[in-house]
Amino acid sequence: MKIIVCAKQVPDTNEVKIDPVKGTLIREGVPSILNPDDANALEEALALKEKYPGTTVSVISMGPPQANYMLRECLALGADDAYLLSSRAFGGADTCATSTTIAAGIRKLGGCDIILAGRQAIDGDTAQVGPQTAQRLGFPSVTYVQKIREIKEKSVVVERQLEDGYEVIEVQIPCLLTAVKELNEPRYMSVKSIEDAYKKEITVWGESDVSLAPEDCGLKASPTQVFRSFTPPPKGRGEMLSGTVPEMASALIAKLTEKHAL
Amino acid sequence: MAVRIIAEKCKGCQKCVKNCPFTAITMQEKLAVIGPGCTNCGACIDECPFGAIEKADDGARGVDISLYRDVWVFAEQRDGALMNVSVELLGEGAKLAGEIGCKLCAVLCGENAGGLIDELFEYGADKVYYADAPELKSYNTDAYTKVIYQAIVKYKPEIVLLGATHVGRDLGPCLAVQCGTGLTADCTKLDIDPEDKKLMQTRPAFGGNLMATILCPNHRPQMSTVRPGVMEKPKRRPGAKGERVDLAVSFKDGEIRERVLEVVKGLTEQVSLTDAKIIVSGGAGLGGPDGFGLIKQLADRLGGVVGASRATVDSGWIDHSHQVGQTGTTVKPQIYFACGISGAIQHLAGMQNSGYIVAINKNENAPIFEVADYGIVGDLYKVIPAILEVLG
Repeated sequence: MKIIVCAKQVPDTNEVKIDPVKGTLIREGVPSILNPDDANALEEALALKEKYPGTTVSVISMGPPQANYMLRECLALGADDAYLLSSRAFGGADTCATSTTIAAGIRKLGGCDIILAGRQAIDGDTAQVGPQTAQRLGFPSVTYVQKIREIKEKSVVVERQLEDGYEVIEVQIPCLLTAVKELNEPRYMSVKSIEDAYKKEITVWGESDVSLAPEDCGLKASPTQVFRSFTPPPKGRGEMLSGTVPEMASALIAKLTEKHAL
Repeated sequence: MAVRIIAEKCKGCQKCVKNCPFTAITMQEKLAVIGPGCTNCGACIDECPFGAIEKADDGARGVDISLYRDVWVFAEQRDGALMNVSVELLGEGAKLAGEIGCKLCAVLCGENAGGLIDELFEYGADKVYYADAPELKSYNTDAYTKVIYQAIVKYKPEIVLLGATHVGRDLGPCLAVQCGTGLTADCTKLDIDPEDKKLMQTRPAFGGNLMATILCPNHRPQMSTVRPGVMEKPKRRPGAKGERVDLAVSFKDGEIRERVLEVVKGLTEQVSLTDAKIIVSGGAGLGGPDGFGLIKQLADRLGGVVGASRATVDSGWIDHSHQVGQTGTTVKPQIYFACGISGAIQHLAGMQNSGYIVAINKNENAPIFEVADYGIVGDLYKVIPAILEVLG
């Protein structure tokens, strides 16, 4: 079985702080990480590789050259090879253009049986690139996969998470699945595997390597454009109650009642 | 519109480098260079003291947008009942249609779901496009994508809104690729530009640290998914009528490649955070899973539901369905009690539009107090019992 994992390097948004005076993002010292949902996608691919001998796991990403650190981590976790789509022409891509580029990379790899991607990346939270890549490749897709139940000869049976439960879906191979964190618990790297990862090459492709024209990539191929971005205005600190615990409790209920909230 | 550095004006001060939210700007030989990480957010333009950064039009391709008309809302039904978010979108869609001066339409897929058509009229739809087929009984990616894509091609709406549910967030991306247009995910605010009538879609990004307003200027339809619980539900007008348009549906063998074998409902306690009037949420300050017992006591006493921070869900203290925040549910109750929640940005992004926010935390410097209407510094294990006592 041939599996391709789509991964993204993201800033750890948990570590982002707001400058209390200027109200702007403090970016300094924010580490870049493998997107958490993508780590679940990779883990599932690696688990399938262990279960089905002869399975290969390739990781593909689009991003700046620094994203090779993240891909190196994927290799250290056990991926067989890694590919980085990186070019100035890819810059400014929205999800629509990103999916075109990723799909072109997957075609260049000769397609596969299963594509695993994270449900969404923590910097954009769109959850769009996975299913959009599937559409471009003509693959069926299942999003929010919380369990892979069974791999059959021509199909996969998965559980798709819903807001109030889940559904069991059988989907034809080749297909794309997006992983939620409930899918598994990602493994850790070992010292040996980190050493081995540095012996491997990460292949870097630009637009011509994946047979795309510059106008089919990046900003030029993006229907959506950021008009403006701004830091949400802080709501402002309200009233701090004081006194003993019973006094504060009484004051709180009195105030909420007075405002007709209770 | 690409962000560009005007080389002659750049003095190499690096102010843009420090202020780029996406670390996309680097210095090369004392000149700022915009790298591939650039999202064209334009934050650097305002920061540059020398006016050396501009947004330039680079003649993007598109379609003849004058052919597209009307606002469509995807009327999502599950088990024959309309999802709340679809009703909220009808309210928002009516506002947008009013500002543009066009019709509000709903597009409904199902099997024998025609009974919902009147409900859609009563919530404000002028027109309902309805597709009826056994394959459409419940959501299926391939089937719904095909039917709605064909309807979009035929009737050319200028705006298509979907709820950002697990269904809408699956359908939206597929439709957008088929239509060759853009899609803005998880919008929290929609406006019409009074001048050119384009849809301005505002959404949180970067874990809620940044808001971005997105345009889809040259492609149609303009598509957005909208988070449940953000928009106001419209008043129902009993007896209101509109126009019904039946969509032709046919599927070829092998065209639908996914099959739902089984639907498993409510393995966990039914939590309807989006509809709750009162939410009592617990965070890491509970110290362990047992703390949710006390949270539930207060929630039950107030007729509310139990919410949770990501930390508690990640620690396995409570099911994910309770999670409030950017990666959980966005909520807007009348009162939100944050108990032992420090107030990580992800959490705040999901609850800061609540009517009244009450924060109970031992640490007086916890960020949660910055958004709270009423703050109590103290041990929640003492404060909550005291509140229960007052409530009697």
